[in-house]
Amino acid sequence: MQTLNINGKDTRVEADANTPILWALRDTLGMTGTKFGCGVALCGACTVHVDGVATRSCVTPISAVAGKKITTIEAIATDKVGLAVQTAWIAHDVAQCGYCQSGQVMSATALLKGNKKPSDADIDAAMAGNICRCGTYARVRSAIHAAAAVLA
Amino acid sequence: MHFDSAFNGLAHQLPKGLLARMELGLDTAPTTASEGLPRRSFLKMSVASGFALGAFPLMAGAQDAAPVTPVGLKPYEQPAAFVQIDKDGTVTVTINRLEFGQGVLTALPMILAEELDADWAQVRGVHGDADPAYIDPAFGMHITGGSGSISHSFTQYRELGARSRAMLLAAAAEQWGVNPNSLRTAHGKVIGAGGKTLAYGDLAEAAMKMPVPQKVVLKDPKEFRLIGQATLRLDAPAKSTGKQNFGIDVQLPNMLTAVVMHPPVFGAKLQSLDISAAKAIPGVKAVFRTPTDRGGEGVAVVAQGYWAAKQGRDALIATWDTSALEKVDSVAQLAAYKALASKTGLVKFNADMSPLATAPQKISAEFTFPYLAHAPMEPLNCTVQITGSGADAKVNLWLGTQMPGFDALAAAKVLEVLPKNVKVNVQMAGGGFGRRGVPTADYVVEACHVAKLARVAGLDVPVRVMWSREDDVKGGYYRPMHVHHAEIGFDAQGTVLAWDHVVVGQSIAQGTPFEGFMIKDGIDGTALEGMRDPYDVPMRLSVHHPKVNVPVLWWRSVGSTHTAYVMETLIDEIARATQQDPVAYRLQMFGDKHPRHTAALKLAVDQSGYGKRQLPVGQAWGVAVHESFGTVVAYVAEASVTKGVPKLHAVTAGVHCNLAVNPKTIEAQVQGAALMGLGTCLPGAAITLKDGVVEQSNFADYIVARLPDMPRMAVHIVPSADAPTGMGEPGLPPLAPAFANAIAKLTGKTPRDLPFKLA
Repeated sequence: MQTLNINGKDTRVEADANTPILWALRDTLGMTGTKFGCGVALCGACTVHVDGVATRSCVTPISAVAGKKITTIEAIATDKVGLAVQTAWIAHDVAQCGYCQSGQVMSATALLKGNKKPSDADIDAAMAGNICRCGTYARVRSAIHAAAAVLA
Repeated sequence: MHFDSAFNGLAHQLPKGLLARMELGLDTAPTTASEGLPRRSFLKMSVASGFALGAFPLMAGAQDAAPVTPVGLKPYEQPAAFVQIDKDGTVTVTINRLEFGQGVLTALPMILAEELDADWAQVRGVHGDADPAYIDPAFGMHITGGSGSISHSFTQYRELGARSRAMLLAAAAEQWGVNPNSLRTAHGKVIGAGGKTLAYGDLAEAAMKMPVPQKVVLKDPKEFRLIGQATLRLDAPAKSTGKQNFGIDVQLPNMLTAVVMHPPVFGAKLQSLDISAAKAIPGVKAVFRTPTDRGGEGVAVVAQGYWAAKQGRDALIATWDTSALEKVDSVAQLAAYKALASKTGLVKFNADMSPLATAPQKISAEFTFPYLAHAPMEPLNCTVQITGSGADAKVNLWLGTQMPGFDALAAAKVLEVLPKNVKVNVQMAGGGFGRRGVPTADYVVEACHVAKLARVAGLDVPVRVMWSREDDVKGGYYRPMHVHHAEIGFDAQGTVLAWDHVVVGQSIAQGTPFEGFMIKDGIDGTALEGMRDPYDVPMRLSVHHPKVNVPVLWWRSVGSTHTAYVMETLIDEIARATQQDPVAYRLQMFGDKHPRHTAALKLAVDQSGYGKRQLPVGQAWGVAVHESFGTVVAYVAEASVTKGVPKLHAVTAGVHCNLAVNPKTIEAQVQGAALMGLGTCLPGAAITLKDGVVEQSNFADYIVARLPDMPRMAVHIVPSADAPTGMGEPGLPPLAPAFANAIAKLTGKTPRDLPFKLA
């Protein structure tokens, strides 16, 4: 049993302290927007923000985030950068199967919060950890540039 | 997946044999309206705000009187199972395929809405469950594969839209007391004299009582206002906001999660097992032995949530009996394949090989291709709910699947229920690339065993069986490993005098229900598709199909994943050896027999600036063109090699897919397929085995393409009004050879082993 601050709300989570955030979200709280892809921080599908930092929730135990603010895909639109990213994602028709896109959106939002005008190289570096098997990368790049332009 | 194109013309005959073989009734297409449909209603009226997405299209409880339907229309030709119009004008189109990225949840509704004259802003799409109405009209079964969603259902969905429109017109005509021919339709309304209108939503109830017309006149393609427009995906908002649910997200009351410890060698059984530590993990409810694929045995850990189940599995202590099994070693396997490749196999087609001995120029080449895992981002999963018992038992499955009919049959067999008592709830799938269309239904069968045994263990609850990424990478059903051997003789003009070609690789169809029509004279057509054509060269093509203890499967673009590479790099080598431009050489080979190849290649060449634009120092052009699933894709690549590391910088695509239904999706499919093709080149993109055990386990050692790998891409489509051809797969095959041809230009050496080795 632990209390986590998830999307601005203190939430009681009935799970062992070593449970990764991912499974506390998905299986304990029923918040399935955050996805399971690899389980070992290699694919980025499970990305959430912990105090604004893009974090792989599949390898981060809930014990490590006590007292920190966790933001998930379900609430990222309440952030103006997150909203701009999602809006660009839709306008650029980024998603194909869509499964990895929660993680892509979360990583892109974290990038733009720290870098208002990322270059292609910045995007490559920030997004290399987010695998998309459908190959939406070209549109991921253009949507990030578009979101940056809207926020500028 | 793909069925050898030679069979496409016979497709309507295939199902009978297939279905008879499987003794199934589930996927058959009743030929009259009296069967299969009574539980649905066409243009179903929603009751106030009571429209429930989850209840559609199985609306047994809210069933209105069955509409008048003509004899002679097959279930898949009747609007009843495909169109629902709400009072507020919302048009819900049911798709008969799986949406797993390729965009059919948008494109099929576009096609129907075009002929319906619906207001696109009010159109949405939903999945159809396993049902006779949702068969692929060409394959005769509910299947998503062969890049056939649009090509096989284009006319079907147009006619469904046109029939619906005719019924709405008839209803309006009756209401106004006029001849329907005096009316027209636009944007979800029937328009009458003086511009008076009736909205489809207001007409739906009356329209559903109108006869379903058998013959309908379809629009002239010149009148299309939706088809051909770059249209945003209907599922883009949900998929950009985390709201889209996939099979893995299914949540049912009291549901438990299971993970299964699979045998390390395919088909192995347990020798010893200690479950005590696993049972001690908090949240673990049951641990038991369970049958696994290929006669193997595993251990299921059923728990409250994935994390507990996974921890429980990690705590199992097991030893395995592999004594009777072939334990594959990839190094030895490659050597054996190469030995086979030096000998003529089963001959697919023949030619006089005597000129080889005296040909002025020769190429002798050997190519190797590894096993490849599909690794869709959503790990495999299947949720099973069993209710009742004995003959009354009912089963519900929830999963993203390319072949729900097969899955239902497989589940029925394991759970000893009638197929009609199995309902497959088709869920959005997080990719698949063929892995979610398995003739053996391996992961569904496994899940059903676990659910059944969980019940025996006293857990009478829905069970979600989940695969970890490691399970997926190690779980088999790979693109088969292949070796190609070619001996080519040609003259100074590049005229091929004789081409002796041997392919070695496991058959995908062997031992599956597809064997009967995919294998002819011992030759699996999928292993050779894409060979020779469109080059009219004297080729002897033969194949060896070794049997290996590694399950194999279709993998996006199937045979063309290797045949295109071999053909397109060899054609380039002949051009280079005879000092000819590779584009000019190809165009001359196409002659006037392959106008679509010519058009696609010319478009890519023209748009890329090939031959005109100067590339940066250290970069070179590479070209390839290949037809698969009826579509021709040509790539012009710009690449460099730095310190032995090849890099793909830019790709220009020329695509000939006939009529482009949704150019926006086509661009995405080409970008994505190209990226996946590029992925096959990357060092580490290989599955290998040692002592029968797969050596890779996750994305650290099974390498897939990442964002920095993505080249700049421009996709150009050849204009055409002909019936559309496939688009989910054809973008993949020509990418790797185009890249390789650029590398060859820079280094003088064509890479002949995939993935590329780092220098």
